Amino acid sequence: QGGGSAVIDMENMDDTSGSSFEDMGEMHQRMKEEEEEEAEGEAGAAEEEDGEFLGMKGLRGQLGRQVADQMWQGGKRQASRAFSLYANIDILRPYFDVEPIQVRARLLESMIPVKMINFPQKIAGELYGPLMLVFTLVAILLHGMKTSDTIIREGTLMGTAIGTCFGYWLGVSSFIYFLAYLCNAQITMVQMLSLLGYGLFGHCITLFVTYNIHFHSLFYIFWLGVGGLSTLRMVAVLVSRTVGHTQRLILCGTLAALHMLFLLYLHFAYHKVVEGILDTLEGPNMPPFQRVARDIPVVSNAVLNTTAKAIALTL
Amino acid sequence: FAGLADVSISEDIPVEGEITVPVGSRSPDEDFSTLDEPVRDTIMRDLKAVGKKFVHVMYPKKSSALLRDWDLWGPLVLCVSLALMLQGGSADSKDDGGPQFAEVFVIIWFGAVVITLNSKLLGGTISFFQSLCVLGYCVLPLTVAMLVCRLVLLAGSGTVSFVIRLIVVVAMFGWSTLASTAFLADSQPPNRKALVVYPIFLFYFVISWMILTFTPQ
Repeated sequence: QGGGSAVIDMENMDDTSGSSFEDMGEMHQRMKEEEEEEAEGEAGAAEEEDGEFLGMKGLRGQLGRQVADQMWQGGKRQASRAFSLYANIDILRPYFDVEPIQVRARLLESMIPVKMINFPQKIAGELYGPLMLVFTLVAILLHGMKTSDTIIREGTLMGTAIGTCFGYWLGVSSFIYFLAYLCNAQITMVQMLSLLGYGLFGHCITLFVTYNIHFHSLFYIFWLGVGGLSTLRMVAVLVSRTVGHTQRLILCGTLAALHMLFLLYLHFAYHKVVEGILDTLEGPNMPPFQRVARDIPVVSNAVLNTTAKAIALTL
Repeated sequence: FAGLADVSISEDIPVEGEITVPVGSRSPDEDFSTLDEPVRDTIMRDLKAVGKKFVHVMYPKKSSALLRDWDLWGPLVLCVSLALMLQGGSADSKDDGGPQFAEVFVIIWFGAVVITLNSKLLGGTISFFQSLCVLGYCVLPLTVAMLVCRLVLLAGSGTVSFVIRLIVVVAMFGWSTLASTAFLADSQPPNRKALVVYPIFLFYFVISWMILTFTPQ
């Protein structure tokens, strides 16, 4: 009787002051029964519990809402950070602010060397024209590679063309910009990119014509004439922005050499199979070089040697 | 969660408010209804949307259906089929099949991304994926041209077949360019349309060139 009343008493008490062995056992048993009931109840009444959870009943609902809130804020913060990174293309927006008439005018101007080199010439810092010219050069290169040889694997064709043109534009621009920095020339990176990009217009014209009409003499005329004009223009603009004879010589000499040699490289590296075809068609007659030397007597030995070396390297 | 330790609701402040989502919004209802429908209905709905856009490309009528509900299924299907048909176009060993597929794939998507960025930088009002969608769908005439070229090449590969292929490819190239400019040029300021059209012209020119110079083994 003592044990029974003690259990009843324990149930009605608020605080668990006693700690007799039976009472602890009873409490333990009661808790286990409650858990079993809860387990049965949960399976059937999951929605009710969710309702309670979301209904902010007590501490658990509030905690859940806060956690969900924080996760939403964190996700939104990350997404907006990623978006502002993407929206950084707005940095480039002022460089694409051109009209078609301006682009056409600049294309024509890129072939006309300026006379006034004592006054710094204005260069438009625009990237639309140069970018389109580089892509046009890629397309022309592809056309040239296709017409010269259909056996070349397509996989390397596209990659080579894009890599060559973009590599030249970006790489040589950076290099000349670095030299300009050393030689104290007044030119910014965007202006250099723009200048060299428009200088590729001459290359585009030359290659477009000579990939379709396969005469070496014609190519040399175009190389000197068209390529020379666009190089002269770039050189004149740079000279107008540099002070000092040595610096002018270094900067302009490098740019002229790279620009002209690039055109030479583009013609010969992607055209060698046409030479082979021409050779086989002509039979055991003159090899192309002697023909060229006869047609253009003014070609200097240096150019002839460089071309011979380029051919020897590519063959 | 440091601030949550002392959060509590006392019993005498009533907590009230609306928990249920108002029925007026579309998405919960649609979610429930499209989850329950058979798979065939979902696929047919998407296929019909893609087919409707194909029709819009073949008869470009300046409608805004292509732009409004953009999707990239059509461009993906077209790109994959074009790349598959352009495979095996060189006389080299068979390991050339791999890079060719990847090259065509990369060219199409890279080119479309560049054109989209260019049109956005020039002040276009069209969104990124809408532009990708239009450019991808307008590859359809060139895919048709590729099919025709393959069939013509089955018959023979002489000068006559080259002339036929040239005519077909040039016609489809013009159609593609016109179709895409009909959709995209409207989103530009009127005096800059030429600046946007030129890269599209180059892009389809490169694809047409790949199709025209395709020679089977």
